[in-house]
Parts: sequence; C-alpha cells; structure tokens
Amino acid sequence: MPSAPSKLYSDDVSLLVVTLDTNPFFWSTFSFPFSEFLSHVLAFLNSILLLSQLNQVVVIATGCNSCTYLYDSSSDKNHGSTTGSMPSLYSDLLHNLEVFLAGDQQLAKPRVNAAGGGAPPPSLLSGSLSMALCYIQRAFRSGPIHPQPRILCLQGSADGPEQYVAIMNSIFSAQHSTVPIDSCYIGSNNSAFLQQASYITGGIYYRPPHLDGLFQYFSTVFATDLHSRAFLRLPKSVGVDFRASCFCHKQTIDMGYVCSVCLSIFCEHHDKCSTCGSVFGQAQSNVPSSTDRKRKA
Amino acid sequence: MNNTVKRPLNGGVEDDDEDEADGADLEAWERTYAEDRSWESLQEDESGLLRPIDTTAIHHAQYRRRLRALASTAATARIQKGLIRYLYIVVDLSKAASETDLKPSRMAVIGRQVEAFIREFFDQNPLSHIGLVTIKDGIAHCLTELGGSPESHIKALMGKLECSGDASLQNALELVLGYLNQIPSYGHREVLILYSALSTCDPGDLMETIQKCKKSKIRCSVIGLAAEMFICKHLSQETGGTYSVALDESHLKELVLEHAPPPPAIAEYATANLIKMGFPQRAAESAVAICTCHEEARTGGGYTCPRCKVRVCELPTECRICGLTLISSPHLARSYHHLFPIVPFDEVSQTSQNGSSHNFSSDCFGCQQSLLSQGNKPGLSVTCPKCKQQFCLDCDIYIHESLHNCPGCESFRHSNSVTTAQ
Repeated sequence: MPSAPSKLYSDDVSLLVVTLDTNPFFWSTFSFPFSEFLSHVLAFLNSILLLSQLNQVVVIATGCNSCTYLYDSSSDKNHGSTTGSMPSLYSDLLHNLEVFLAGDQQLAKPRVNAAGGGAPPPSLLSGSLSMALCYIQRAFRSGPIHPQPRILCLQGSADGPEQYVAIMNSIFSAQHSTVPIDSCYIGSNNSAFLQQASYITGGIYYRPPHLDGLFQYFSTVFATDLHSRAFLRLPKSVGVDFRASCFCHKQTIDMGYVCSVCLSIFCEHHDKCSTCGSVFGQAQSNVPSSTDRKRKA
Repeated sequence: MNNTVKRPLNGGVEDDDEDEADGADLEAWERTYAEDRSWESLQEDESGLLRPIDTTAIHHAQYRRRLRALASTAATARIQKGLIRYLYIVVDLSKAASETDLKPSRMAVIGRQVEAFIREFFDQNPLSHIGLVTIKDGIAHCLTELGGSPESHIKALMGKLECSGDASLQNALELVLGYLNQIPSYGHREVLILYSALSTCDPGDLMETIQKCKKSKIRCSVIGLAAEMFICKHLSQETGGTYSVALDESHLKELVLEHAPPPPAIAEYATANLIKMGFPQRAAESAVAICTCHEEARTGGGYTCPRCKVRVCELPTECRICGLTLISSPHLARSYHHLFPIVPFDEVSQTSQNGSSHNFSSDCFGCQQSLLSQGNKPGLSVTCPKCKQQFCLDCDIYIHESLHNCPGCESFRHSNSVTTAQ
C-alpha cells in the first residue's frame, strides 16, 4: 500500500494553481455574470479534488489593484471552519473573495479619483502569475516526490501593455521549471499575452465560444492532468502572434529596427536610441568631433 | 520507492542526480569518505552534541554576497549590456586534459560544464552566437562555426572528446581571430578558453597575437584547470577579459557560468547600431511548405520571412534568401530582465521584528510558507524595499535568479505605476 501513492505521484497527481480574474471593471461590462462564472469554476475545482485524493488546488485572485491567495486545499486552516452547511471549499473561498473584493475596491478609490475615469485598468496578471510560480517552487522544494504543478489562468480583461516585461519574465521562469500555463480566456478578443504564455510553456490556450457550457469546457479541456494529455486531442493553437510592437508608435510591425545595445524595437530608422541613449553608427563613448560631423553631413 | 533506486542501474548514466548515480557503483560507507567530507558538515550545539550544520542560512549568505557584488557593479557601470555576443569557446584537449585530478578526468568534466554553459548561455542570450574550437596536437581545430543552435554544438563537442599532444594558445587565437574579424561591428567579440595545460607550444610570437586580439577588440577570458600562468593572465588583462583558476568541479562550474550573463557593454568594443530585423508569424499547424533550412516539404510549425516570404523552421535565424535577421518578440523579451534588474531585498533583522511586530507578517508573501521557525519565533526573512512585502529565503533566491519579478510589486497597482514612470 505505501508504494501506491508514490506511483500515483509520478503520474497524475496535480497541483493546480488557478488565477481568477476578479476585475470589477471587466465583469460589470461583460454579458456573463460573475456569480454564474464563479459557480462553474467552483464545480470545476471540486471535480479536480474529486479526481484524486492527492490532488491539490490553490486559487489566487487577480484583482485590478492587488492580488491575493483565496484558497489552498492543503492548508489546515480550511478544515477548521467547516460549518456543516457548506463544504470548506465554498465557504472559505467565498469568504476570502468577499474580503478581497472589498479591499481591492478600497485601493481603487484614490486611484479612480486621481485618474478621473478613462480606460478600465487591466487586471494584475503579472502579480498573480509571479505568486503562483513562487508557490509552485515551494512544491518543488518539498522533496523529490511532489504533485505535477500547472497553472490555469481564468482571464477576461484585456492585456495590460505595461505588464509586458513582467509577464514575459514569469513565462520564461515557468518554462525553465517546466510548468505549463493553461489559459481560458473569456474576453472578446484573443489575449496575445496568454497565447504566448501557453505556447511557450506547452500549455493549452482556449477561448470557449459558449459561456453557458463553461463547466463542460473546463472539465474536458483543463481538467486533464499532464500525463493523460499525451493521449488526448486537445484544442490546438490556431497560430500565435509573435509580432512585436515598436517602442515609438506602439504599432505592431513585422519588420523593424532593433537597437543593438538595449534591443528596443523601432519601426523607422533613428539616429539615437530613445531608451538607452546610444548614438548609432559610431562608438558609444566618442563624442563626435566637428570634422566628423561635417563629413557625414 | 524501489523504482527510483533501480533506475540508474538500468542505464540512466546521464542522470545528473549525483547521489543516485554514485549509489550504483559505490557503497554508502565508501561514498562518504570519497565524495562528501561528511565531518565538515557537522557542528557542535550548545549542549556539546554533534548535529548537521543548518546549511540554508549559509547558502543564503553566500547568495546574498554574490547578489550584492552584482548590484554594486551594476550601479557603477552603465546599464548598457553587450546583448548581442559572438563567443568562441576554446577547449584545450591536449594530453593535460586527460589528468584525473577532476573525476573522472578533466576532459569529461569540461565536456559536462561546457554543455551546461551552452544551454544557459542561449537561455540568457537568445540573439547571440557560439562557436567551438578545440586545441589538440599543437593545432587548433574549428569544431563548429558560429551558430545559434545549442544542440548542434553539444552534439559536435560530445563526439570529439578525446585528447592528445600539446596545447597551442597562439594557434587557437589566430584561428578565432580570423573568424571573429568577419562579424558585424555591433556584435561583442568574446573568447572563453578552458585551459588544462601548463605550457603553450607556439609557432611564432604569442605576444604579437595578443596585441592583434586587442586591436580587434576581442575580449579573451581564460579559465585554468591546473595552475595560474603568466601568459593567460597577460592575455586576459590586455584584452579586458577575466582569468581564474578552478579549485574543484563546483568552483569550475561557478566560473564557467559567470560568463553566461551578458557583460557590460564596453564603449569602444562595439558600436551601437540599428539592426534591421524581421518578426515572422507562425503559420497554422496544418500548412505544408518547403523550408529553406532542410530543403524539404514540411507540414506545419514554420515561420515565414516577412521580406521574401520563404519558410524557415526555427527562430532565431538569418533568412537564407534575403539575409534578414529573423527573430520573435519573446527572444527579445528574454533579454529585458538584464536591463531592468530587480533590487536586492533587505534582510529583516531579528531585533527590528520584535520592535515593530505589527507589520511583521507570519507568511511569506510569495509562497505562503510560514516565516516562523520552531517555537513561534520569527525566522530569517527578507523584505522588498519597494513594496515592503516579506519573503522567505527560498523565494528570495528564486525571485532574483529565475523569476526577475517581485510578486509584491507586481500585485499592487500603485507601486506598479511608479515603476513604469521611472
């Protein structure tokens, strides 16, 4: 009997870290209510825990001003608060979610007053991804036998361009420790960040066409553990947009100029790099002498 | 459990897990004296009992020293880094490389370290190129030309690991000089020499060659495996490289991997330039096209050059038809963390925790691990100077060495807007 769990561990015991987009600006304008979305997610999380006793689920909230851990199925704190009327997953998660949403709103107030409306802020995906990866490193540290970790991003709001570097750093770190990032994107346009995240880390990117059957998509696409994915035909990527956007006009380009010092991308030729200040076409430190300049002109 | 012990016996020779691999051919008591100096990892506690040293604190102290050293050099130097590197690795395969002072032999150890280095190098410098040169029988031989594919280099090196004859520093430098003189001016030219021999057997004046390297702005670094040699020191001093001698295998590994992160861009070494590059899109998985790299029809997974529309299989590469450098935006993004490094975290001292216990959190912000050591006393922890969140030591190392993001700063909007404004 003691050998059975260790065998299970090597195959199909999962540590699923879910990042849940709670951005109120997105959900208030979206056609599908958050409460219904949440009920699909909770049913899905329960089914993950039912698949194996050793499975572990961690939920992280991706707010628009902060991120926090909502639920950890391995933590002992959960089991104390079971009231009998509701299983701990629901009561703890919902309680933490309420606390978090209230706190997130508090943080939002000074900002909204200062900014005075404008475009809705994107969710802090980079923060929740970083936290998820830290958590997964802890699982790796726990010993040679640990559940197979993976991340599932449930995201609805649009990409935040200012998070680009941070999200890419997280993606490469996940790739380095072979943690796949699955993404279920329910917004209207494809998310280029999540497409790249799933492509680079070997996860699944999927945008469900009908939100009413969300649970069905969750259970057929994202519930499969890494071991059994090899035997299934899961949705394939429809092509990933790897084009870069230039730093000067934020346009997406397929051919451009790259600064050899800092790798900034420009859509047209410049004489001086706006990011690192290098002057192109001459040694960086040499202040061009007047004769030099004349000859060039 | 049985499974894991048996695996190395079945031929998992490449399995790098040392205690498992060693367990296969050495008995536990032999291993203790041959490999680990087990008596060094013991210490006496207050009551005079021997216990294993708590190594986490020591490891962390070492890591922090390294981090501080890095941070101080970064502060003095400009943030410009040589991100586009052309590096030749010169491996000395003279008969000195068959010495067995490193187990099983210097050559095997070098092979292993170079393999690890090549992988790490391309992970950190996706737009750079590596070439391999070996010295054997007094002759330098070019094993692989400058290229961007780690697998082909590793395969070539592993097939050629046999040594004989003398080493010649001059021949190797002359060969590398010939290749590196052809590369574009914006690239950083570097040579990394792994030198086992204690002598060099040259056809001419080595000093002249060193001056030539200096003139061509090639940064030459040497890692010695035997003892310090004047000529190696002279070479690295003249050309702005580093010279170090490895004490043992783990030290060698450290020294080799020091060369993986990009060096600070030395102003007169490479001219800044705008390079024209293409960002090809990945074709749909079912499309069939003839690729230019293998010259055969392939289904799916190719990239199309935006200028001449030919198909290539892998990125980054240079278009065979029009010569455009083809990359994808993630390749560029992989290098950005060198330009925006994250600040070292401050250590939380025990006394300050007691004084201001109200803002001491009991869990690590990153991984939720409890920061309390046994007896509910606060253990060692660090805090980010920007967002004031506390992290455990393991997360600290992970955040600085792999993630390059502070989870605390990333998950609060206000600090986020500050960083973007800077």
